[in-house]
Order: sequence, then structure tokens, then C-alpha cells
Amino acid sequence: MTQTAEATDRYVRDFDALCEQRAEEPIWLRDLRREGLDYFQRMGWPIGEKRDEMWKYTDVRPVARTEFRSPEAFDTTLSDRDIAALVPFDEGMSRLVFIDGYYVPGPSRVVDADNESVRRLSDAVREEEGLVHGHLGRYSEPGHDASLGLNTAFFRDGVFIHADKPLSAPVHVVYITGDHPDSVVTYPRTLVVAGKHSEVTLIETYLSLGPRNHFTDPVSEIALGEGSKVTHYRIMRENTESYTIGHVRPCLGPGSTYKSVVYQAGSGLMRLNLEVLVEGEGAFADLKGLYVVDGNQHLDNLVSIDHAKPHGTSRLYYKGILDGKSRAIFGGTVYVRPGADKTDAYQEDKNLLLSAEAEADSKPSLEIYADDVKCGHGATAGAVAEEAIFYLRSRGLDEQTAMRLLIQGFASEVLDGIQIESLRTHLQQLTMTALAGVGATDPSPQEASA
Amino acid sequence: MAQSTNQARPVLEVRDLHVSVGDNEILRGMNLSVALGGVHAVMGPNGSGKSTFTNVVAGRPGYTITKGDILYEGQSILGMFPDERARKGIFLALQYPVELPGIRNREFLRTALEALREARGEHKLAIREFNKVLEAKARAMDFDPDLMKRNVNEGFSGGEKKRNEILQMTVLDPKLALLDETDSGLDIDALKIVARGVNEFRGPDKAVVLVTHYQRILNYIKPDYVHVLIDGRIVRSGGSDLAQELEAQGYEWLREPAEATTGESVGATGRSP
Repeated sequence: MTQTAEATDRYVRDFDALCEQRAEEPIWLRDLRREGLDYFQRMGWPIGEKRDEMWKYTDVRPVARTEFRSPEAFDTTLSDRDIAALVPFDEGMSRLVFIDGYYVPGPSRVVDADNESVRRLSDAVREEEGLVHGHLGRYSEPGHDASLGLNTAFFRDGVFIHADKPLSAPVHVVYITGDHPDSVVTYPRTLVVAGKHSEVTLIETYLSLGPRNHFTDPVSEIALGEGSKVTHYRIMRENTESYTIGHVRPCLGPGSTYKSVVYQAGSGLMRLNLEVLVEGEGAFADLKGLYVVDGNQHLDNLVSIDHAKPHGTSRLYYKGILDGKSRAIFGGTVYVRPGADKTDAYQEDKNLLLSAEAEADSKPSLEIYADDVKCGHGATAGAVAEEAIFYLRSRGLDEQTAMRLLIQGFASEVLDGIQIESLRTHLQQLTMTALAGVGATDPSPQEASA
Repeated sequence: MAQSTNQARPVLEVRDLHVSVGDNEILRGMNLSVALGGVHAVMGPNGSGKSTFTNVVAGRPGYTITKGDILYEGQSILGMFPDERARKGIFLALQYPVELPGIRNREFLRTALEALREARGEHKLAIREFNKVLEAKARAMDFDPDLMKRNVNEGFSGGEKKRNEILQMTVLDPKLALLDETDSGLDIDALKIVARGVNEFRGPDKAVVLVTHYQRILNYIKPDYVHVLIDGRIVRSGGSDLAQELEAQGYEWLREPAEATTGESVGATGRSP
């Protein structure tokens, strides 16, 4: 309790210390930040008595107890080549790199044709203040959630994308935490405003350079205008000592399409809230996820789809590969509000357990308050099917090859849908590297007791 | 074809094989000897142990061998993993082919062939070479080329699954092919295609063991030998006319008291019937 109180105080002290630096910021932004901090100060983390149903499976006390330091300024220099080695798939894309929350110009670039549409959030606050004011915090109100509140209070920079036509190249945002001797915290913030009939492809990559604990509190808000299309990839590969509590808030206008692929291989303790609001008629949300975890990793995906308007369609398909003592929680909720007739929603979560000690908990739920809707859900968890292994082995493949092929096949149901070939290949390789040790041990052959 | 079966050594020898699943003894002293060049039909009613026999030869886990031995090319294979047996030349066409989500049929077959060719000391096939082989074999089986791009057996009809098994057999080119009720659930056209695949496959350096409940497929694949498996033992062996007898009379007349059959009186391989 004392530790927690001290950790809370630290945020407040840090906030006060930043006030001077932020004197230049518009008043509405300072108010928004204050609102976020106030919530956190008042409510703190969802622990103890405040730990409700939403946090049933995930204990954030490790986050609450730790005093995280906000890095002063990044002292890590990464060349273009260093970055290319870390994220070898973004040739021809716009790329914005942030280390410890600070923009790194060296390896960053925006393709010429998209110059007007892609910029740093800190620049956008000055240069497109009206637009940012209209959207920032609208989809993730800071006064309702601890990590949302903290991100809003503290975010230093991030990316702002404002498209009024299809962008010519995907935008890759790389949020990196440097190698520090102590635990640091960063607050990445992404805001996308996709105008009428525009198209945006956004890739967010989260990485750590060191092996030690740190905390990432990211928030991404995405506003989809009428008929727009946003494809959002999120690649989470931070070290397995780190903590992440993050939010993604897409808000879908009429006839818009939001496609998301979340790839999670990193983090020791992760909670990601993906909360989709179907605010316009006839919008489509296609949410896919693949998590590959091992050791003591704990991953909690809370995905909610709020169908507020009729004729909306949502498809959710998450898959998990769990080894070691890892644990994955999937909480999927579909709300169909009164009047959101003709909604068509389906969600499914499938888990492959590679170890007897791994655990997957799926809690899909439907809350329907409209008529004439089509909704369904499903969840499975199990080991690799013995009969499938035998089938492959009976064709001459050794056990390891058989296992790898089956796991690869399992993952491909999510990865094959990725349209960007270089990214698809990258994620396939990451998956296979993560699973390099799988199937290496052969149990005894057919029992012969004679 | 029959004359070439007079080889000194059988490719497969099942000796007094006793196999249990849990506490249930399924095979109770089965004997069978199969030489290269021969097509053997093993027939029997439901529950006689037909599938257990093929699965145990292929090395499927879940069976306990309590007594007896299985020799392949004169060597016991009981301690071998299924993939080791496959690399030695044993192939099992499954009664219920497994669906493999996310694994494309073509890649699956190429990976398998690569493993087998490596074991045989053959050079690695270039993708183009492989595609050529595959296309030719698929055409011979009237196999829709689109099915090669699909995930293994996923969404295949029953007939497509069985044809896929036989296609795998012809591409992987084993020495000993065990067909576990490949005919079940096939309509007459699919049955003919499957039979064509097997007939093209059979030859002096191949052995085929065809396990079936019904005589029907034997109208299209003429066996050299027919064996009757009842209650875990071969109770009668003979030529292809035995199949017709079974068709006419069923299996009941062969259900003799256990002591009437000794292991050594059956397994007619090596002699022309």
C-alpha cells in the first residue's frame, strides 16, 4: 500500500514538474492532461477493492508498485541501418521513430506525397490545432481509466495522421524504449483522422532495446470518416520483463472499414483494450490477432465492439500460441445497442497450448438490445491434435517438422491475411523464431511392451 | 504380376501379433506375410481389427503390442516412429484423412516428398520438377488442381479426401502401401478413380495391402491374395475368388472356434494360390 502510494505521488510530482515546460501548450490540452491526472490521482490503478470484473484475470499490482521514471531525453542513437535491422519490412513506407517518447529524426522519413498528412503529434498541436483539438481525447476520454488518464497527462509526442484522400504509402511508427538501468515509462500517442473516402495503412511497432523492466502506456485513437478505410497493424515485441497497458480506440463513421491485425509476442504483463465504436451505419470492423507467448508472459486482450448504428458488421478472429507457463486472457464483448438492427457480429478465439502449464481463458460475450441481428461467438483451447501429428509423421516428416508445420498453419490463418508481403514474411519469421524450440523432444514411439 | 511374388523375402511379415487398446485386445495372434509384387486384400467385418492392423504397421500411437512382431524387409519395426517407417517405404492411406488447417496441400506434399527423397539418398527436386510430377499424378487421378492450393483436406468432400490419399501415395512412391478402407464412402466414379491410381501404382517392386469391409473395390483392383480377418486373427487366406465367396455368403460361416485356426496355416504368401 505504501509502495503504491509512493508510486502515485511520483506521477503527481512529475506532472507538476512538467507544468512549466508545457506553458506553451494550448489551454484545452493542458486541461485535458489535468483531467487525466485527476482521474488517476482520485482512482489510481484497478487494484484491491477497485479491481472489478474488467480486471478479474489481470493483476496490475506490479505496475502500481513500481516507481517509473520518465526518461529525460533519449541518449540512444540509432542509425537508419540499426532501425532497418530491427524492422526489416518498411522499405518505401513513411517511418517515424520515437525512442523513450522522443522523436528521432535520423531514421525517420515521410514519403513526399504524404508530407501534408503525416506529422509529429507535437507539431500538429501547433500547426493543426483546431483539428487535433476536435479529435484528441474524444475517442478515449481521459477521465475514465487509469492508464488512459496517465497517457493523456504525460504523452510527449507521437504521430498525427490526417488524410483526406488515400495515402500513397503505409505509415510505420516505431515506438522504442531504450536500455536503462532503472524502470522507465513511455506514453506513445497516435491520432489518426481519416477523412471522407480516405485510406490509411498504419503500422505501429513497439520494441525495447534492453532486457530490463519498463512500462509502456500507449493510446491510439482512430477516427474513420464516411467511406474511409483504415488498416491498422500493431506489432508488440517489447522485452518479456516489461509491462504494457494500452488502448486502441477506433471510431467508425458511416460505411467505413477498420481492419486491424494485432501481433503480440513481447511483454511480461500486457493488457490491451481494443474498443471499437461503430458510430456510423453500415460500417465494417475486421479484427484479427495473433499472440505467441512463452515463459511467464501474461497477456490480456480486452476487445469490445459497440454497435451503435444499424447494418454494421464485425468479425473478430484471435489466435494464441502458448508455451511455458504463459497465460492469455481474451475478453471479447459485442454490444448491440437499441436500434442497431441488422447488425452482423461474430467473434472467435482459438488457442493452441504447447505446454501443460500454459493457460488460456476466453470470455466472449454478447449483449444485444436490438432486433434482427446476427451474432455469434466461439472459443477453443487445446494441444496440437495427436492425429494431425501422426498424419504428418506417417508421410515421413519428423516430429519437430510436423509440429512446426502445424503451428505455422495455425498462425497462418491470421498472418496470411496480411496484404503487405514484407510484413507478412517478417511476422512469419518472428513466429517461427519464437517457436524454434518447439517439438524438439520426441516422446517414446509406439509402445511395445513385449 | 503374380509370378513376381516368388521372392525369397516378404516385405512385410506380421508374426503372432497381439495388440491391445487399453484393456481391450484387438489383434489376437495375427499372421500375415506380404511380398513385393502382390496386392493383398484383408477383409473382415466391423471390429475385426482391420484398422488396428494397418495403424500398428504405420506406427500410430495409442496401441500396445503385447506379443509378436512386425518385420519390414526382415527387420522389426516395433521400436520405430511413424516417420522412420515412412522413410523406409511404408505408407498408410488413412480411413479418416485428417484436415490440416493452414497447411497447403501442395506444400505439405512437397515437404513430405523432400523428407522421403532425402532418406532415399535422392537429389532434392526443384520446385519446377516437383510441380511437373505433381501435375502429372494429379491429372491421372482427375484431381482438381485447385485442391492443391487449398489446405490439406479442409473442406474436401469425402471422395476428394480419399483421392488425396491415393494421390499422396502415387507421389510419395512407397514400397508398401496400406489402404485402410479407402473405398468406404466413395461413389462408383470416385471408386474407379481410386482403383485406377492403385492399379497404376502396383508393380513388381511394390506391395499393396488393401483393407476393406466390402468386396466392391476388388472388382476394380484385382487382388492376388485375399485374407479374412475375424476377431483379430486371419482365419482364411485364398485367391481373389475368396472375395466373391465372402460377397455371397458374408463372414459368419468363417467364424470358427478359436482353436480351429493356427497361426501357421495362414498367410499364404510366396505360394501361388
